[in-house]
Amino acid sequence: MSSEAAAAASQPRSGYKPSQAEIVLGVTLVLFVIMSVALPGFITLGNLFTLARNISILGILALGMAVVVIGRGIDLSQIATLGCSAAIAMTMINAGWPVPVALGFGMLLSILMGLANGYLVSVVEIPPLFTTLASGLLIVGVTRALVVPAYQVFLEPGHTNILALGGTIAGGLPAPVIAFAICALLLHLFLSRTVIGRFIYAHGDNALAARLSGIATRPLTMIEYALCSAIGYVGGIIMVGSTSLMHLQIVDSTLIFDVILVVVLGGVSLVGGRGNVLSVIAGTLLIGLLLNAMTIMNLDIQTQDMIKGLVLLLAITIDSIIHPRDEETAKQGD
Amino acid sequence: MNALRRLWYRYSPQLIIGELLEKRWMEPIVPFTLMLLVFAAFIVTIPSYASIVQLQQLMRSFPEQAFVAMAMALSILSGGIDLSVGAVFAMADFLTLYFLQVQDWPLPLTIVAVLAWGALIGAVNGGLIAYAKTRPFLTTMVVLIILRAAYNKITGVYAAELAGASVDSAAWDFLGAGFVFGIPINMVCLIVIGAIAHLYLTRIRSGVHIMAVGSSRKAARHAGINVQRSLFLAYVLAGMLSALAGLLYAARQNSAGTDTGVGWEVNALAAAVLGGISLAGGRGTISRALMGAAIIFLLINGLVQLGTHGSLTSAAIGAILLAAVAFNVKFVKNKGKILQKIYVSPSLVEFSPPASIERGGGTVFAENDRLKDSEAIALDKIEGPEDIILDRSDNLYTVNRNGSIIRFLAPNYEKREEFARIGGRPLGMAIDRDESIIVCVAGMGVYGVRQDRTIFKVTDETNRTWYRFKDDSRLWLADDLDIAADGKIYFSDATTRYDLSEWALDGFEGRGNGRLVCYDPATKTTRTVLANLAFPNGVCISHDGQAVLWVSTWLCRIYRYWIAGPQTGKLEIIADNLPGYPDNINRASDGNYWLALVGLRSPVYDIAMADPSFRTRMVKQIPPDEWLCPGINFGCVVKFDDNGEVLESLWDPGGVSHPTITSMREHKGYLYIGGLENNRIGRVPLPGADKSWTGWDSYWGDKTKKGAASAVAHARADHVVSA
Repeated sequence: MSSEAAAAASQPRSGYKPSQAEIVLGVTLVLFVIMSVALPGFITLGNLFTLARNISILGILALGMAVVVIGRGIDLSQIATLGCSAAIAMTMINAGWPVPVALGFGMLLSILMGLANGYLVSVVEIPPLFTTLASGLLIVGVTRALVVPAYQVFLEPGHTNILALGGTIAGGLPAPVIAFAICALLLHLFLSRTVIGRFIYAHGDNALAARLSGIATRPLTMIEYALCSAIGYVGGIIMVGSTSLMHLQIVDSTLIFDVILVVVLGGVSLVGGRGNVLSVIAGTLLIGLLLNAMTIMNLDIQTQDMIKGLVLLLAITIDSIIHPRDEETAKQGD
Repeated sequence: MNALRRLWYRYSPQLIIGELLEKRWMEPIVPFTLMLLVFAAFIVTIPSYASIVQLQQLMRSFPEQAFVAMAMALSILSGGIDLSVGAVFAMADFLTLYFLQVQDWPLPLTIVAVLAWGALIGAVNGGLIAYAKTRPFLTTMVVLIILRAAYNKITGVYAAELAGASVDSAAWDFLGAGFVFGIPINMVCLIVIGAIAHLYLTRIRSGVHIMAVGSSRKAARHAGINVQRSLFLAYVLAGMLSALAGLLYAARQNSAGTDTGVGWEVNALAAAVLGGISLAGGRGTISRALMGAAIIFLLINGLVQLGTHGSLTSAAIGAILLAAVAFNVKFVKNKGKILQKIYVSPSLVEFSPPASIERGGGTVFAENDRLKDSEAIALDKIEGPEDIILDRSDNLYTVNRNGSIIRFLAPNYEKREEFARIGGRPLGMAIDRDESIIVCVAGMGVYGVRQDRTIFKVTDETNRTWYRFKDDSRLWLADDLDIAADGKIYFSDATTRYDLSEWALDGFEGRGNGRLVCYDPATKTTRTVLANLAFPNGVCISHDGQAVLWVSTWLCRIYRYWIAGPQTGKLEIIADNLPGYPDNINRASDGNYWLALVGLRSPVYDIAMADPSFRTRMVKQIPPDEWLCPGINFGCVVKFDDNGEVLESLWDPGGVSHPTITSMREHKGYLYIGGLENNRIGRVPLPGADKSWTGWDSYWGDKTKKGAASAVAHARADHVVSA
């Protein structure tokens, strides 16, 4: 750094410099206003509640993914994990197990899958992208062969307490929104107020430095992936609450890319150690808005996928320009 | 029992495994065996699996997946990854059918257009990855999503039109169902393009550049390779290969279904990794990708024929991918460690206690001070004079650590000049009839320097040992040489398993890793004369010219190998159980020989040599600076006669000025002394020695003296210790 630049950097910044999350929030607001004017039926209370309901689940999943991405990982098996563990829990409920036991077992299962991912990533040292790509295939294949031969599991009628998770509470406010808010608050407190939360940032910022300064990065990685799966499972149960079924087709859908899109767009950079819960909320709002707008404009799923893909491509490119990485020392699958 | 132990340690399996691990062809042998096993398993379980029709069917559908796997392999070799191959493939399938059947384009134009399509997507991938520096995995995954969505949309739109149309073209039908000599045309395509791709990656500049960028991007940039262009090119080629697969698929199936190409990128990835293509990039070949693809293809195909649940197949692919990547990651990380752990393979060497060297002990080896007051020549002007030699004009030549031959000019040896710069690590020297210096260069071979200072190569390889995995045709550690009267150059190649810097490791092995080699100037051929020698070091032609004397450093022996006369071809030990480790031998003026002892044996090390497992543990478990090594901080020169009887010894106690003596030369009444690690050349007068004797005259000069010397040798030949 030249002396001039150093001098400039040492001076206190005059003026306000918004974070990426705030920029995204601003863009969302602008889009919201434009859509309110341009799209008929957008600014109705019903549509807004629908929007909120839809983005809540996406947001919860993104919260889980954010934990892993902040720790400089990625979990492509999140949807597979939540789909399978939720489907198994549903099957147990249908078979007559008590609801709390079945749900607890599903949670345990998803945590175990997360721990397995974390183990493969941290101990066996398989790059996270490969680990989670392959473990997703493995989980779905085994689950389908052994437990869920049909693609879907319907929740048998009568379990109102689960359906309430996907319902509405007083005033028509969707329950998933409340769940999202609770998850976001808890995760925010975890990431910003607890030692492990801060360690996750340290791990993502510089894994080697974190290890050398005494953080047990291997167990930490396992915690990250387990947390991601567990939060994803919460999203999965709410999904079941909304639709009263778990359809394993979602594993093959592009849902996982929506989740990554939310995380990256909001400013949780893939280089790790950056972003927070606010970034996830901002990304969720923007993507939710786009999805809602595309639905109102009556675009088919394929076109929506293409547009989302293009946006994600743009986001990745911008991310790699804003947060350049040293590709000469990068490992495959980083 | 001990003979059995000796045999076990002599031909330790560890030796074979260690040398096998070094071979590059060892890596693909695992997938290759796996492929054969999978194939054999299905031959057993599925009836008529190996019938001609079935095999033709397999060969017909394999190439499409193989091309996709090749595309994946290419991108991985460049250091990235291309997950869009499956989608490019599916889209190419559709486009082929669309151009041919809906647009009625001629076949050649269609082929060009479809390949251009693949190149275009490759250019998008490559552009983003190489120039915008995005992450390959995510970038190509997003491209996959976009293409897949586009494919689903378009095939939905054109489904009806495609279903009704057909192509009336013989060429098109041939591409879909034709045979060349009973082999499906697709397979022929695969073989031809596979061969081209292999040549491209190994022989063509831009292909080699892709491999270089994959192995080390930084090194490639430093070497001036255009990294970005190479990466870009790799993705373009990968796109084109995938498009080609789509074209063949279209010709065979004539349909574009919703699940065409779904999950192929994962199969291709599993194939590439299973074939042993390193995810770190730069390591792997096309043939390995094809092997991996064959395994995956046979597995899926066979499982389907066996009626396995489709989800289990995908679970199997996931499990295989995990296992293969895990193995790959661990193997790449630990290969060097494994090799280091098992390469050194000590053998059993049993010594009996040597003659005493104690001062005043009464033996011929008893320590004395005869080298203590040696005159230092070229003090601090030379580094590591392993060997020295003097020419007819008394000039002194020596070698140094930097790969040069240094000359100190007579008469006072004050003036130093670099006579020639060869490179490598020059060791033993000799002067031939034309007064050229012939020198052994470790790591290079045998070289010569004429008096006009031109350097020429004498030889750098010998015949390869047919039963060894390690290619030992190149000279590894040429150590010392001598020239027979007929001009044949006999030299020792001390070890074929270690470099000069690792001589201690060869010492721990104590095995016959070295050889005595002869270069015949008449036929210009090099042949190994004696193989499996334990660190053959010094080499000297006997005074009568009928035998080669050489020493085995680790066994502490002097050998004689007859090259002329009635006993030609006979090998015998003339001195055994020396108290030190012998190095170079040179002629003395009185018809005897000088021998340098580079180090002294110690009882502890002798015990260690009798316990190979101890040395194995030592090398494996403790750091090199704590290894028990032969003691080389001593200085000793001995003189022995043609019977191997040691006549006298000259000592520099404690190695104050001459530790690690590796060579000495007698010249006009003086003995000149050099050492591998010394900073000087020593000189001591030899009382009573022939003041006119020079090495060159002894070899090439007046022959009258020779008869007498050989007569002496023959007279005593009867009580020689037999080999």
